Amino acid sequence: MAGVLAILPQQIVFGLALGTVYGLVALGYTMVYGVLFMINFAHGEIFMIGAYVGWWVLALLLKAQVGALHPAWVVPLMLLHAMLFAGLLGVGLERFAYRPLYLRGATRLGPLISAIGASIFLQNAVMLSQGARMKVYMTSLLFPRTWRIQIAGASVSLLVIVMIVVAGLMMWGLHLLVQRTKLGRSIRAVAEDREMATIMGVNVRRVIAVTFFLGSALGGAGGVLVGLYYTQIDFFMGYSAGLKAFTAAVLGGIGNIRGAMLGGLILGLVESLAVTFMNPAYKDVVAFVILIVVLVFRPMGLLGENVAEREKV
Amino acid sequence: MLKLTDVVAHYGPIQVLKSVNLEVRAGEIVCLLGGNASGKSTTMKTILGVVRPTAGRVEFEDQRIDRLPTETIVRRGISLVPEARRIFARMTVWENLAMGAFTRQKAPAGELAADVERVYALFPRLAERQHQLGGTLSGGEQQMLAIGRALMARPRLLLMDEPSMGLAPVLVDQVFDIIQSINRLGTTILVVEQNAAVALSIASRGYVLQNGRIVVHDAARALLAADHIRRAYLGED
Ligand SMILES: Nc1ncnc2c1ncn2[C@@H]1O[C@H](COP(=O)(O)OP(=O)(O)O)[C@@H](O)[C@H]1O
Ligand SMILES: [Mg+2]
Repeated sequence: MAGVLAILPQQIVFGLALGTVYGLVALGYTMVYGVLFMINFAHGEIFMIGAYVGWWVLALLLKAQVGALHPAWVVPLMLLHAMLFAGLLGVGLERFAYRPLYLRGATRLGPLISAIGASIFLQNAVMLSQGARMKVYMTSLLFPRTWRIQIAGASVSLLVIVMIVVAGLMMWGLHLLVQRTKLGRSIRAVAEDREMATIMGVNVRRVIAVTFFLGSALGGAGGVLVGLYYTQIDFFMGYSAGLKAFTAAVLGGIGNIRGAMLGGLILGLVESLAVTFMNPAYKDVVAFVILIVVLVFRPMGLLGENVAEREKV
Repeated sequence: MLKLTDVVAHYGPIQVLKSVNLEVRAGEIVCLLGGNASGKSTTMKTILGVVRPTAGRVEFEDQRIDRLPTETIVRRGISLVPEARRIFARMTVWENLAMGAFTRQKAPAGELAADVERVYALFPRLAERQHQLGGTLSGGEQQMLAIGRALMARPRLLLMDEPSMGLAPVLVDQVFDIIQSINRLGTTILVVEQNAAVALSIASRGYVLQNGRIVVHDAARALLAADHIRRAYLGED
């Protein structure tokens, strides 16, 4: 028991890192749901592709032998490319896989099935173009193992702190964007009452596209952070990460932006603590137990409202 | 200023507007009457392009607008106070007003702030509650907010869909006073009302819509005096 307590602070910091990244990826699910009432099941693949783009940036830098790679500029470069690529991919998905369906007034099921199709398509596209074998992130070149700091008696690698800070800043930025800017107001208006938003002169299709861009870009950033942390990526990594982020979004209340952040944090912490106190093999089970419990007892999530009621309007 | 010619509109296969002919001249208050489900709200939405006419034409200031996107129509100077207010419940009063000015991209911030102040001057209750969420306002306050939000677009033509619905009698009079003063300041108004007597008393002309067709059209005074109108829409026998 004493051993467990000794590593507790460390596990909490890991949990926070994991949680902020889950939250980041969960935002993509929740934002898209907010404006379109659909679950973008291909979001996990967008996350995975973000990880690949980050890997490529790092690989190209290594190949070009630009000299010493300092994370202070390399990580932002990886994030920027991954976010742009993932964001545009999300917009493309919306334009070609979902919009034709929702414009034709298809039922909810149509876009959902299209999303599952897109997810399978993207997995296979990556497998065929990048190979089925995993790729290794050269994280240790950026963050030497000796870069550790002491927090509350725990020795934590600098990378973990960077993850928390990057994911935290992005969530904060998104929060400001949504709450304080005109663009954010138009996103909220579309989420609350699409027809009224139209009547105010909001171009709803544009807002939906922008929402896909933002959510996907954050997912892509999440992919880079996870890649750096686990150092191994493959074409299938979006599946379980996506399910976990989706769980986080449902836990917080799907459609609710603050809920996604909170749900991500809780899930990350619970997972990390579960590993501490239980057999690590149960780590993934924890997320799905939470998902089932939430769906049964509080389907609207922690911060969400009763979506079923709202949709009747 | 606004002219609808033989406008037809459908929801899916159902024809809701069969033939709507209606004209509003600059500076007027025109009243659109009609029973439940006769197509009054649909007419309003068709003018704004939220519902697309399947035949006929809508002209605003001598230009066809029936193929334009709603944002362009709003930008040209038409805004709507919708049926049942439809304010954004999860936005503050101030944010609702800001949404009203959404299409005024190039307006300097100072100008928008001045317009917000003008709305607050018209409805002091809104000023007191500017940081409160729209959903927490009373029905009357929500109606004031819906009107203020529409004014933020600086419309030349204001469409109002049953602005007195669900309001206490005192408030009904207040709302119509406001409509009159908005009109005096230069905004043309097309108002749909169940409260036909009050609406006709401030309007210059009125139209009666029945089953998607305009069946009567006359000066407001004549409509107020006409027996069959009184029976059908003013609740008198
Ligand atoms: N979004 C819609 N989809 C399908 N039918 C509708 C829709 N909105 C209104 N209708 C139908 O169109 C008819 C006219 O409605 P509306 O224009 O709202 O009438 P009014 O405002 O005069 O009461 C009604 O029969 C109504 O049920
Ligand atoms: Mg109506």
